[in-house]
Amino acid sequence: MNTNSNTYTIIYASVMVIIVAFLLAFVSSALKPMQDANVAIDKKSQILASLNIRDLEKSEIEAKYDAVITCDPIIKADGAVVNEGAAKDEASFVLDSKEVNDENMPLYIANVDGATKYVIPVTGRGLWGGLWGYIALNEDCQSVYGAYMSHASETAGLGALLVEPWFHDRFLGKKLFKEDGKVALTVVKSGAVKDENYEVDGLTGATLTTKGVAAMVQEGLQKYIGFINSKTAAQQAAPEAACTESQACEKTEE
Amino acid sequence: MGKLFSKENIAAFSNPLNLDNPVVVQVLGICSALAVTSQLEPAIVMGLSVTAITAFANVIISLIRKTIPNRIRIIVQLVVVAALVTIVSEVLKAFAYDVSVQLSVYVGLIITNCILMGRLEAFAMQNGPWASFLDGIGNGLGYAVILVVVGFVRELLGAGTVLGIQVVPDALYEMGYMNNGMMTMPAMSLIIVGCVIWAHRAYNDKK
Repeated sequence: MNTNSNTYTIIYASVMVIIVAFLLAFVSSALKPMQDANVAIDKKSQILASLNIRDLEKSEIEAKYDAVITCDPIIKADGAVVNEGAAKDEASFVLDSKEVNDENMPLYIANVDGATKYVIPVTGRGLWGGLWGYIALNEDCQSVYGAYMSHASETAGLGALLVEPWFHDRFLGKKLFKEDGKVALTVVKSGAVKDENYEVDGLTGATLTTKGVAAMVQEGLQKYIGFINSKTAAQQAAPEAACTESQACEKTEE
Repeated sequence: MGKLFSKENIAAFSNPLNLDNPVVVQVLGICSALAVTSQLEPAIVMGLSVTAITAFANVIISLIRKTIPNRIRIIVQLVVVAALVTIVSEVLKAFAYDVSVQLSVYVGLIITNCILMGRLEAFAMQNGPWASFLDGIGNGLGYAVILVVVGFVRELLGAGTVLGIQVVPDALYEMGYMNNGMMTMPAMSLIIVGCVIWAHRAYNDKK
């Protein structure tokens, strides 16, 4: 056969492409459920990491998430609840980042050792690509309980260090607001911390990534200001009220 | 073909491990050697992935080498490699998610790895499937060995760990020893590859 003729070449190319396309489609659809499960477990471990629960075995993550998270309500900017999320991983957990707006804001409510914590997902832009993270707030929403953040493609060894737990630990206990009611919590250039209460030390040699993290944290939390204020007011009105799991969910419904 | 382990077949397998090593002699695949070697584990996975893909791409191309139209042979090679890489990447996502996150874009970079195209064009297009398979395994392992050496040195000096387990004792840190942050940067792996090439040449020249 003349393998150099035009007809042969065109037919050969077409048949090859069709075979490869079927093969790839088959593999992709066959493995999809397992890949989705992996992504979900990874997301759960990130949320747990923001609550300072780290280094879990893969098999423990599902159970721990179930034990710690009490619900994942979708809320509006003013704090009103759109979807209660009692199933823990069917509301905020599956909310696509493209669907997030003032009417659809994801939130996770957790109960760590009897205390209610609110986990707020944030997203932003670093130097080379996207950033995302979870900020866990204490019950009165005035201070940070824990944080987790990660990145798509920051510089290895510099900006990429923002995934390290020692960086996340720098957020612990920081306060969110000064008197004017705007989010004062920020990340500053490495070594330039002036006010320990509100400023987190940035990453050495990664100023632009640090700026991205600062913008992500500030803008991300600012969006939740309505919700945060309602929690703070509730907390001040009844400071002694012990918050059990069920109450934590009921409160957000009000 | 004849014998499965004829002299030629053995040579196809063993040459790339030493005298014809794809990284330190042919200086191919350097890009990915810089990118994935900051820790040992991704280096091992990358080495094994490249080995598997080179071997199977070699076999497939070798099987269909007589049917491939000469004018589009590079495209055919690319399609075979790209399809295999995509499958490996999907399998990693399903069965080794952490590793696939770490390798992320580099799995896609296997497609452009010069070692692959080089072996397909230089070996698989002229030789039978079995010899091509051995050649692929040999070249893949030759690449993997260098990656493992570089990954080991970088992780040990850069983070004080091997495969994530701390090996530098705490006592040493207390005495003032510090991890070398430079080791986590890609530039240092170029220097380590340079040292490996130096040692390799010096050893072989002596013989």
